[in-house]
Amino acid sequence: MKSVWKYTLALVIAITMAACQTTQEAEPEPEPEPPPTTGVDTSGAPDPHDYTDSRNFDNPESLLSKRVIYFDFDKSTVRPEYRGIVSAHAAYAASHSTARVTLEGHADERGTREYNLGLGERRGNAVSGLMSAQGTRGSQLSVVSYGEERPTCRVSDDECWSLNRRVEVVYTAR
Amino acid sequence: MKVTDNVRKLIFIFISILAFQAAEAQLEIEIISGNPSALPIAIVPFQWLEAGPGPSTSVDEIVSGDLYRSGLFKPMAVEDMAEKPVEEEGIRFGTWRLLKVDYIVIGKVRSPTDGQGHELVYQLFDVHTQELLLSRVTTVGPGDLRFGAHRVADAIYEKLTGVPGAFSTRIAYITATGLGNNQRYELVVADADGFGPQSIVGSPEPLLSPAWSPDGRKLAYVSFEQGNSAIYMQDVSTGARELISSGKGINGAPSFSPDGKRMALTLSRSGNPEINIRDMATGRTQQITQHWSIDTEPVWSPDGRHVYFTSDRGGRPQIYRVGPSGGTPERVTLEGDYNARASVSPDGRKIAVAQGRGNEYRIAVWDIETERFTVLTPGKLDESPSFAPNGSMILYATREGSRGVLSAVSADGNVRQRLILSEGDVREPAWSPVIR
Repeated sequence: MKSVWKYTLALVIAITMAACQTTQEAEPEPEPEPPPTTGVDTSGAPDPHDYTDSRNFDNPESLLSKRVIYFDFDKSTVRPEYRGIVSAHAAYAASHSTARVTLEGHADERGTREYNLGLGERRGNAVSGLMSAQGTRGSQLSVVSYGEERPTCRVSDDECWSLNRRVEVVYTAR
Repeated sequence: MKVTDNVRKLIFIFISILAFQAAEAQLEIEIISGNPSALPIAIVPFQWLEAGPGPSTSVDEIVSGDLYRSGLFKPMAVEDMAEKPVEEEGIRFGTWRLLKVDYIVIGKVRSPTDGQGHELVYQLFDVHTQELLLSRVTTVGPGDLRFGAHRVADAIYEKLTGVPGAFSTRIAYITATGLGNNQRYELVVADADGFGPQSIVGSPEPLLSPAWSPDGRKLAYVSFEQGNSAIYMQDVSTGARELISSGKGINGAPSFSPDGKRMALTLSRSGNPEINIRDMATGRTQQITQHWSIDTEPVWSPDGRHVYFTSDRGGRPQIYRVGPSGGTPERVTLEGDYNARASVSPDGRKIAVAQGRGNEYRIAVWDIETERFTVLTPGKLDESPSFAPNGSMILYATREGSRGVLSAVSADGNVRQRLILSEGDVREPAWSPVIR
């Protein structure tokens, strides 16, 4: 199972990288909130707001399908627009006690490598702390910092840097 | 668990295959800014007295190259030499004075009486006073002719500058090639002139922070091969290695104490990165900093009395120092927004740092006594300074376009040179101690 998620993650990274090379956007924006449900019966399709439903991992309408949280330069505060994503994963993990999540913290290339390992860990801890506060058990969460060692793109500009300052939410068990 | 085990096995196999393969890429060295007051010296071609043809790069070429790169010497081109004496009697000092040479070196290479290895016999003269300044026989083992040539350059350098040479030392650095799933990291050891690079570890996962043991036999480094940072210590010549630290959180920034008995390292098992000191004999580890900030990149003063480290306890990263048994850290760098990853000069008086201003990072040297910074490099992303063991130069990593290259700058900032790897990214240089 683990290798499947590894491939999924690789795909996510590959898509992010492709986006990094082609788009002109200065900042990766999270998808807008999906419109509120209208009460129409969608017969079996997952409710995108039901974060306990594992089908939403592959549902682009659901925040559960978003697994990268981006940060400001030299900061480890989770920006308001990413709190929904964190909450969605916290809700899922809280309702699935066997789920295990690794929060992989990353930094951009500026600054020294070992300091950036510390910064990546701080970002991972920030997400971990938010998830814990929302009911995920500490035993379900681990933080690994890669510092600046695993960039998703390698251009020295603001756009690429902003894509590299991130925490990736990786499920090692769902 | 099974999958994880298989992945580990695969990584292990991969590492085994890569280890000890000579890296294909060669370092190429070029001076990018010179020193107008360099001393003119003639290294006359050494006579080859051994059986068989001489090496493709002759001893005198290696000596000339070393002295040239130091920035303090301007070796004469061989084609400009009117005569090529081998013995003292053959030197016509008047001719060399006309050629505006201050010093002349003559020599020969012969087999020792037991036939094993090489004997480099050479003499250094002051052209103006005709005085014999140095007359020496350097004996090296088979396969160590280049090392012998570097020893000759060391002796000439020391005689004429008063500072021991550092040409017969080595450098370690990390290379990264490929992207995404094809990424590959290697820890490479090469001669100080970039010659003979040898990969001593290779991995698909990140490698970083190489640090030499004081005897120059071992390298400690950080590897992500198990999925998280872990510190290993490896014998450079045998490849035997030992896992030093792989606890929860960060295991990073190893640095040997000057006597080699202790290691400073960064561990975040307490929840955030702190400086720890490990006793290498017992493995006992003591935490010597205690702060919610990032404390990392420890490095020892040459007398072993202080551990310098990077901390952002004051808001932004600055260099602090503390005794190896702990205590209240004292801030060292007092200027600038971002000063990190200190390298202490061999005399303990200066620290080189990566200094950030906005998006630009340069190598700067802080004089501990006068409390002043001297910026040595032009930027934009210069980092990982490493003092030569004689303090004459600082090796560092920089970027050209999107790739990383190594450069060296003289401690006074007057001479800069570039060591280019022909492929990929090269970073985190660590200059070895003098190997005796």
